[in-house]
Amino acid sequence: MHIASYGRLLGILVALVALTGVTVAASYVDLGAFNVWVALAIASTKASLVLIFFMHIGVEGRLVVLSFLGTIFFLSIMIGFTFWDVAFRG
Amino acid sequence: MRRAADHQGTRLGMWLFLYTEIVLFGGLFVLYAVYLSTYSSDFIEGGKSLSRLFGAANTLILLISSFAVAASITAVQKTQKKRSLLCLAVAICCGLLFLMNKYFEWGHKIHADIYPGSETLAYGAPGRNIFFGLYYVMTGLHGLHIVIGMTLLSVALVLTARERVTAENHVLLENVGLYWHLVDLIWIFIFPLFYLVL
Repeated sequence: MHIASYGRLLGILVALVALTGVTVAASYVDLGAFNVWVALAIASTKASLVLIFFMHIGVEGRLVVLSFLGTIFFLSIMIGFTFWDVAFRG
Repeated sequence: MRRAADHQGTRLGMWLFLYTEIVLFGGLFVLYAVYLSTYSSDFIEGGKSLSRLFGAANTLILLISSFAVAASITAVQKTQKKRSLLCLAVAICCGLLFLMNKYFEWGHKIHADIYPGSETLAYGAPGRNIFFGLYYVMTGLHGLHIVIGMTLLSVALVLTARERVTAENHVLLENVGLYWHLVDLIWIFIFPLFYLVL
């Protein structure tokens, strides 16, 4: 059985709180259109930490990891194709 | 005859359900992305009128609650029942705090005549109307998930107290935890997109 130690969980919490601080700080710097991408990159990092260390996505083996990535893949198709349409409307 | 327990299958079922939740919120994020690119200035203005302090506080509250749920699973595995119950109680209290903040936030906005169908929004800029429409739908749907999550955490708390959730069989607690973490994950994306758009 996989048991996560309290220390490691606490470490992840500290990292998540620190990244929240970073994303708030980054929002005060004007990067134009890049602000959204920076925010998304930090949010994805935080999401990965939660998935790996709090949700133990890897414990189940490849099945859950691959099916999760599949979900994200189809989500990106949904987003990508929508923009493909919207961007080229006359 | 002992019933065969398929914990792995039970957890897999939960993950499959979580995928549908991801796509549910994903659709709303697509709407957000398309309208952000169409009405950037209205979205930026709308985002600035939301309280960063409340948004950041709620982010911290959810992160702490996620940690508490993860720690409660560790505690159950180490047969530390009291600590596990304490962690679950902390997580439920965090959910309650989150909803209280949301109540004040929404109340403040509704008081300022900003809610779906209000005159300020209906006769104002279309982008502003869409921003706050999405704000209410997404934070509202997320809030509903918090309520459901708190209910599930309470069930897990009672079952842990009655020793129905044990070190040998705690798949129920694990699945409740997965749900709660997903609610946290969604907020991790809602927070920067709504509160921090420059």
